[in-house]
Amino acid sequence: MYAQALDQKDRSPVIAEDPVRLERFEARCTAEDKIEPKDWMPDAYRRTLIRQISQHAHSEIIGMQPEGNWVTRAPSLRRKSILLSKIQDEAGHGLYLYSAAETLGVSREELSEQLLSGKAKYSSIFNYSTLTWADMGAVGWLVDGAAIMNQIPLCRCSYGPYARAMIRICKEESFHQRQGFEIMHTLAKGTVAQKAMAQDALNRWWWPCLMMFGPPDQASQHSDTSMRWKIKRFSNDELRQKFIDAMVPQARFLGLDIPDPELRFNEESGHWQTGAIDWSEFRRVLAGDGPCNRQRMRVRRQAEDEGIWVRDAARAFAAKRAARRQAAAIAAE
Amino acid sequence: MDVVAAIEDDLFAYALMLGDSALVLSHRLSEWSGFGPTLEEDIALSNMALDLIGQARLCLDYAGKVEGRGRDEDALAYLRDDNDYRNLLICEQPRGDFAVTMVRQLFYAGFMQPCFASLMASRDSTLAAIAAKAEKEMAYHLRHAGEWVIRLGDGTAESHTRTQRALDEMAIYVAEFFTVSAVERRLADAGIAPDPLALRAPFENSITPILKEATLIVPSFAGGQYGGKNGRHGEHLSRLLGEMQVLHRAHPGATW
Repeated sequence: MYAQALDQKDRSPVIAEDPVRLERFEARCTAEDKIEPKDWMPDAYRRTLIRQISQHAHSEIIGMQPEGNWVTRAPSLRRKSILLSKIQDEAGHGLYLYSAAETLGVSREELSEQLLSGKAKYSSIFNYSTLTWADMGAVGWLVDGAAIMNQIPLCRCSYGPYARAMIRICKEESFHQRQGFEIMHTLAKGTVAQKAMAQDALNRWWWPCLMMFGPPDQASQHSDTSMRWKIKRFSNDELRQKFIDAMVPQARFLGLDIPDPELRFNEESGHWQTGAIDWSEFRRVLAGDGPCNRQRMRVRRQAEDEGIWVRDAARAFAAKRAARRQAAAIAAE
Repeated sequence: MDVVAAIEDDLFAYALMLGDSALVLSHRLSEWSGFGPTLEEDIALSNMALDLIGQARLCLDYAGKVEGRGRDEDALAYLRDDNDYRNLLICEQPRGDFAVTMVRQLFYAGFMQPCFASLMASRDSTLAAIAAKAEKEMAYHLRHAGEWVIRLGDGTAESHTRTQRALDEMAIYVAEFFTVSAVERRLADAGIAPDPLALRAPFENSITPILKEATLIVPSFAGGQYGGKNGRHGEHLSRLLGEMQVLHRAHPGATW
């Protein structure tokens, strides 16, 4: 999902970098050295990372909503605790990622403001609705499954704080994916209604999940530099293919049908081939016209607004306490 | 009815009281998921909801076993109506703003922490084991809510007003903590559960200094609303259960 950040146009003015430093930097990237916050880095590298890390963080935060939609209706106490823990993990991922972005010289407040103003994007997958309980399965199995394909290579990203955050995130994501598969498995082996619910969820999530990897390689804009700087290691199409090859056998194991009449195994390439992806839908959702774009932003802004007085109170109290301590220290002298 | 059967009925009812309060309050806390005033607090609220779901599951599972009619935690959570629920009324009140949530947590944990501390010495080893785990959680919830109530009470004029209002709204449900139902009376006499009356002093000892430090007016906790322990609830519980149970009840007998 997070590949989308790399496919946005960078509109900032290009800064002419010192060629000697740039060469040394690129040599470090090639040598798989980790770049740390205090190291010199090209301006475009910093901007790309801030954009990508913050978009990933925003996606985690907005991604809490479609799953939060089912917390109060989870059909068993076990499922309810798992779902709540999963959403809690996502808030935690948001936290690590905002912290990683802060090492690049931008504050969490600024990033949050960019999300609320609509300047920063989040993954378009979260603009789809979660209509049934099976969507909790499909989101874990497919959406988190697609996210993992994108994220595993990021554990080796050249930027140290991001790579380290991703190691922990990937461990948790992989657990999330397994629980999603387990929900699908339970439904697929369940009653007729439950199996139909699982198939319907797969029908609705399959194509949007293929779009999570971003536009096809020939239409992608940033890959060359990002690959050289070891931010991105695989192209959108390569990752999408890996995902398809992993998911088709899993769907078959579940006894569910991939909603693609043109899906076939290409003996020559050894890969599953899908029908054409409807990129007009992707562009439409990205441009703000998905089922839930407005709702997700409205809810996020509402949560921010309702928290203002709490954050103000916490700040005011901290200031009062500091002043009292100072006064006490002076009195003691 | 023989003595053992009578005790079993009481144990079942008592485990439901503990389990239902935890379940209903966890539901209210889970409504904060994605809405916390900060990311850190969102995570903390989910954590507390998870602690309470854990307690609810242990208590309901035990209630089902004591009852011996084959009802598991989910049958008890999802297939009972509101008048069969035995939770304290404070737990079912709507989520409210962050001040309401923190004041409620303070009251609930302020009561349940000494309750579980006493229950750890229960002659019933399962209840004692559940209490040993839950007491630690309640001590943490109490600390967390206490810190927030102080911050909010002594923060800004707005946060002070909201917190005082929350305090006055929630205070009317506190007296119910210390009412002694027939079940609790018999279990207290048998050394199985604490006497709720004995929990009033520890409750007030932990709550009062916090409210004073928060510059809030300590309510009297007199009078108020009762009925939860006997299945007589307010208007909100039926709706809460309606939402919680909708999917489970729509697919009778399904496994999830």
